Amino acid sequence: MAHNEHTSHGGASHGTVKSYIVGFVLSVILTVIPFWMVMSGSFSKSVTAISIFVLAFIQLFVHLVYFLHMNRSSEQQWNVMAFVYTVIMVAILVIGSLWIMLNLNYNMMMG
Amino acid sequence: MSTEAVNNHDAHAHGHEHEHHDASDMKVFGFWVYLMTDCILFATIFATFAVLANSYAGGPTGAEIFELPFVLTETMILLVSSFTFGLASIAGHHGKKSSVLGWLFVTFLLGLSFIIMEIYEFHHLIAEGFGPHNSAFLSAFFTLVGTHGLHVTCGLIWLVVMMVQIKKNGLDTNNNTRMMNLSLFWHFLDIIWIFVFTVVYLLGVL
Repeated sequence: MAHNEHTSHGGASHGTVKSYIVGFVLSVILTVIPFWMVMSGSFSKSVTAISIFVLAFIQLFVHLVYFLHMNRSSEQQWNVMAFVYTVIMVAILVIGSLWIMLNLNYNMMMG
Repeated sequence: MSTEAVNNHDAHAHGHEHEHHDASDMKVFGFWVYLMTDCILFATIFATFAVLANSYAGGPTGAEIFELPFVLTETMILLVSSFTFGLASIAGHHGKKSSVLGWLFVTFLLGLSFIIMEIYEFHHLIAEGFGPHNSAFLSAFFTLVGTHGLHVTCGLIWLVVMMVQIKKNGLDTNNNTRMMNLSLFWHFLDIIWIFVFTVVYLLGVL
């Protein structure tokens, strides 16, 4: 009883053995599929490339939900806010760098 | 009168506990913010790698030097270690000290195997003559994977410190907060690895 009260309290939620097992099994599946796709080579390059990225992002969410216990409760509000801000920064950094550098490469080739 | 005293006492105890939780929550949130800055560090290295990924300078390509079954094994080891850390956290919430120590030790062994495999891979590549100085691609590869490996190594040191602290002081408030931070750190490293194996290894071999 005291334990129950303890676990339901607090900012970060804790998860159960079941939620960890679910997260683990999903992660294994989401890891094996992209490796299999690349190693078997039975799909075209572009299909494989897009699929492994989609699967990586799905696995990111599986980890966030089942291992890091992110959710939309009010206690998590600031964590989620910081995370969303970081995602925006990361997107600007990565997409911006690639965009500029590939464009530069392209223009240098022409010249 | 006596019930009032009891109520007061209860209210006080509850308020105290709440304060406790708030302080601990703030620490965990602070650590979360650190992890977010770490995300940005990794993003810069990922961006660098992505830009340089095709600059082989006559050296080997990813497809020539990466062994996917080896990388899959590394990935599975890290994933299982995330799971065993989860079991350690759950044991911590139930106050089972010896079980926490057991699962932390299993996590440590798995993390150590991961690092040993990575050192083996690096050593193998350098011995074959594919060190970081050969091409921009290899420099970026060693920087990205090496930075992740350095984080895992720090995680291993932290795991040892954590085990000593729990052994000494049990699962007190401080150690529970530390456990929560370490758990965030360890799961975070596994998330970074998802993108390492996708961007570096899978896309490199493709």
